[in-house]
Amino acid sequence: MSTLKSPTTHSAAGLIGLGAYRPERVVTNDEVAARIDSSDEWIRERSGIIERRYAGADETAASMGAAAAARAIADAGLQPTDIDVVMVATFTHRFQTPSAAAEVSHLIGATNASAFDISAACAGFCYGLGIADSLIRSGTAKNIVLVGTEKLSDFLNPDDRGTAFIFADGAGAVVISATTTQGISPTVWGADGSAMDAIIMEPDSVQAGITHEPSHITMQGQRVFRWAVGSMGDVCKDALAQSGIQATDLVAFVPHQANLRITNAIVKHLDLPESVIVAKDIEYTGNTSAASIPLALDALRSSGQIKTGDPVLLVGFGAGLAYAAQVALTP
Amino acid sequence: MSHEDILAGLAAIVNEVAGIPAETVQMEKSFVDDLDVDSLSMVEVVMACEDKFGVTIPDTEVKNLNTVADAVNYIAAHK
Repeated sequence: MSTLKSPTTHSAAGLIGLGAYRPERVVTNDEVAARIDSSDEWIRERSGIIERRYAGADETAASMGAAAAARAIADAGLQPTDIDVVMVATFTHRFQTPSAAAEVSHLIGATNASAFDISAACAGFCYGLGIADSLIRSGTAKNIVLVGTEKLSDFLNPDDRGTAFIFADGAGAVVISATTTQGISPTVWGADGSAMDAIIMEPDSVQAGITHEPSHITMQGQRVFRWAVGSMGDVCKDALAQSGIQATDLVAFVPHQANLRITNAIVKHLDLPESVIVAKDIEYTGNTSAASIPLALDALRSSGQIKTGDPVLLVGFGAGLAYAAQVALTP
Repeated sequence: MSHEDILAGLAAIVNEVAGIPAETVQMEKSFVDDLDVDSLSMVEVVMACEDKFGVTIPDTEVKNLNTVADAVNYIAAHK
């Protein structure tokens, strides 16, 4: 039997660049509330959202993702041609195929990169960090750009009280590279497809093509809230235990910005030290699914609340009832 | 456990979750209309009741718990 060569491995992987793209148009609660017989106060109470941003008609998940990726690569001090993998977490890309990652790699000039998408909805960014960590330490890749990007406004039913005020648009990206010390802890992840109707885009694209009825996101809010609040605290505790650091070592907790009520309930369960900053980017960004964690990281770093090297606990969770968590050192 | 004991435990939970004075949590009160417990707080109340009383309250049942009495009777019957 032949023995094949395996790649030369890297001893450690970490985040070395961060970038964000927030579309220009600010959408107030009053604007959204008109269609759902609601109010600014009702939306704030139920979600913590004060305003959100919607992309322009000429913008796409891929174009916003490319803008964030280019900023992350510049932040890392690299050139687009240094990137060997482009990974995009999204579920609002225009095409079933080819991937958003292929389009992003072209837009940023990452001509030496492989490209593929991750379909794990709001957990996609943390899934991507786990995959990137493995690709780098195995020696398969050296410099990866991981993008979370969504143009959810294209898939919202503006008359649906359960979703219209929650979801929004934006993109965030990080560069993960071979480093001298490990900057990503073991990923705790999972999924439960038995609850695939809890958050779903319907009708499916085949049916939508036949009936010309647009696909919209629907969500069973109470069911998702119960799952997230009941399970994500333990997932975070597991990720922290596997990271080798203590809760008192954390500088920030950056959960997927699903709903401030979910964040607050998870924080209560986690019993985090008062010193740990809790990301609340949802207040001015809304829920941007796969983009929410890198956007929240960027907001915390830009405002000086976290700095390079600070340990942050990340957890993504959402449709497919997919979830993933890990500790990362701030790029 | 008597209905009175369940009511007292439930009132303490509603107070903890939604900040509503425990003494206002009375049998005939509607969670939504009288006590202003919104749908997400109701989920937290249900989860806390499961822990406290050792009952299972499935998602499909939550929408039937309109009044405090509905919840107390459900817990008493399923303990």
